[in-house]
Amino acid sequence: MTPHWIEYLPPLIEGAWVTLQLTVFSTFLGVVMAFLFGVGKLSHNPFIRAFSVAYIEVFRGTSLLVQLFWLYFALPLTGQAIGIDLRLPPVVAGVLALGLNIGAYGAEVVRGAIQSVHPGQHEAALALNFTPRQTMLGVTIPQAVPEMMPAFGNLAVQNLKDTALVSLISLGDMTFRAEQIRNFTQDSTVIYTMLLFMYFGMALVLTAIMRLLERRVGQWRPGKG
Amino acid sequence: MNDPIIRFDNVVKRFGDHTVLDELNFDIRKGEKVTIIGPSGSGKSTVLRILMTLEGIEGGVVHVGGEPLWHEHGPVGLVPASQAHLHRMRGQLGMVFQQFNLFPHMTVLRNITEAPVKVLGLGKAEARDRAEELLELVGLSDHAQKYPHQLSGGQQQRVGIARALAMRPNILLFDEPTSALDPELVGEVLNVIGQLSEEHDLTMLLVTHEMRFAREISDRILFFDQGRIVEEGSPAQLFTSPQRERTREFLGSELDRVLAV
Repeated sequence: MTPHWIEYLPPLIEGAWVTLQLTVFSTFLGVVMAFLFGVGKLSHNPFIRAFSVAYIEVFRGTSLLVQLFWLYFALPLTGQAIGIDLRLPPVVAGVLALGLNIGAYGAEVVRGAIQSVHPGQHEAALALNFTPRQTMLGVTIPQAVPEMMPAFGNLAVQNLKDTALVSLISLGDMTFRAEQIRNFTQDSTVIYTMLLFMYFGMALVLTAIMRLLERRVGQWRPGKG
Repeated sequence: MNDPIIRFDNVVKRFGDHTVLDELNFDIRKGEKVTIIGPSGSGKSTVLRILMTLEGIEGGVVHVGGEPLWHEHGPVGLVPASQAHLHRMRGQLGMVFQQFNLFPHMTVLRNITEAPVKVLGLGKAEARDRAEELLELVGLSDHAQKYPHQLSGGQQQRVGIARALAMRPNILLFDEPTSALDPELVGEVLNVIGQLSEEHDLTMLLVTHEMRFAREISDRILFFDQGRIVEEGSPAQLFTSPQRERTREFLGSELDRVLAV
C-alpha cells in the first residue's frame, strides 16, 4: 500500500506550478520597477525624484497583505464608485502586489549599487564626451549590476515565500492547495511538513540560479568568472 | 600659431570658503607642451579639471580654441554655457587620469573603441583599426582582449593614453599620470608621453612631480603656489636659475624627496 502522503503530491505540484509562475512574473515586474524607480530616485528632475521616493516609501511602509487585499477587494469598489471596471483577476492582483512590493525594496538596491560606482568612472565617461544617458547605460549600470546581484537573490527568495499570501485571495498556489487537502483530511503535520520542504527546495533552486547569474554578469571582475 | 589655444582670463575657483584659483591668468599656444609643477593643493590639478569640464568656475573666462569654454555668447555678453556647448567644446580635449579610470567591465580594445563609436559615430571596423594602431603606439598590441584588472598599473595607464588619443583631441591633459604607479613602472608611461610630445600638432598640458621628465619634454614650466603662478619660464631658466625664493624652496624640497627614495 502506498503511503498516504504520495496522494497529496499531485495537487501540491499543481500548486507549485502556480507558485513558480507567480514568482517568475512578479520578480520580473519587480526588477523592472526597481530599475525605473532606483534610477528615478537619482534623477535631476525633482518630480521624477519625488514620485520615486513616494513609490518606494509607500510600498515599503505598508503590509504586503494589505496591498494585496487593497488591489483585489478595494480597487474594484473604488472603480465602481467612479464608474470604471477595475476588477482584477487574482493572478494579476497577485503579480502586481508582489512585483510592486519587491520593486520598492529592489529600487533601494539599485540606487545603492549605482552610487557605489567609483566617481572616476563618471569623470572618464564625461572626458570621453558620453552623454549622461550613454554613461548610465554603458558605464554605470553594467558596473552596478554585479553589485546588486546578492541583494536581488535575497529578494527573489523572499518573493518566492511571500507568494504564499496569494492563497488568501483564493489563487490556487502551493499553500492554497495544501489548505484544501488539510481541510479535507485534517492531516496537518504531514501536509505542512511537505509544504515546508517544497518551499525550501524551490528556494534552493532559485538561489543556485541567482548564483549562476551573479557569476555571469561579473565575469570581468578581478578574481571572478 | 600665434593665437593661444588655451587662455585663462582672471579665472577664480572656490571650494566653499577656500579659494583654489585666485584670478589666474595664463596662455598656452597650439602645439605647446607645458608642465605645471607646484606643491600639492596649489590648484594644478584643478586647472586640468576645469579644462576637462569636470569642475566649473566662479569667476573669469576660460578660452579653448578661441571660444569661451564655460560660457556662450548671448545677446548681451557672455552667459553660462549650455550642456550642448560644453559637449561640443569637450571634443577638443582629452584627459589621462592619475587613477587611470579605465572601464573595468570592458576589454582593453573596447575601452578604446567605445567612445569613438558611440560619441563620434565611427564604424566599428574603423574604430578597431584605429585602436589597434594606438595599442601598437603604446606597446600593448598583445593585450587587446584583456580586461584592465589583468594589466599592471603602467599598462593600464598606457591604455588610458590610447583611449584619450582615440578621440583625436587637439589638447591632451595629463593629471599626475605616474603618481599612482610603482616606481619601476613609471618609465614605460613616461616613454609613451615623451614620444607623444614630439607630435607638433598636439598641445599637451601636464601636471607631474617627475621634474627631470618635465625638464626634458616641456617647452615651458609653470610653477604654481596657492592658486597663482609664482614663476614661469623655459625648463632651463626655471630649473637652473629660478628667480623667486618660493620656487627655489619648492625645487629644493622636490630634490630632497627624490634623493630620499
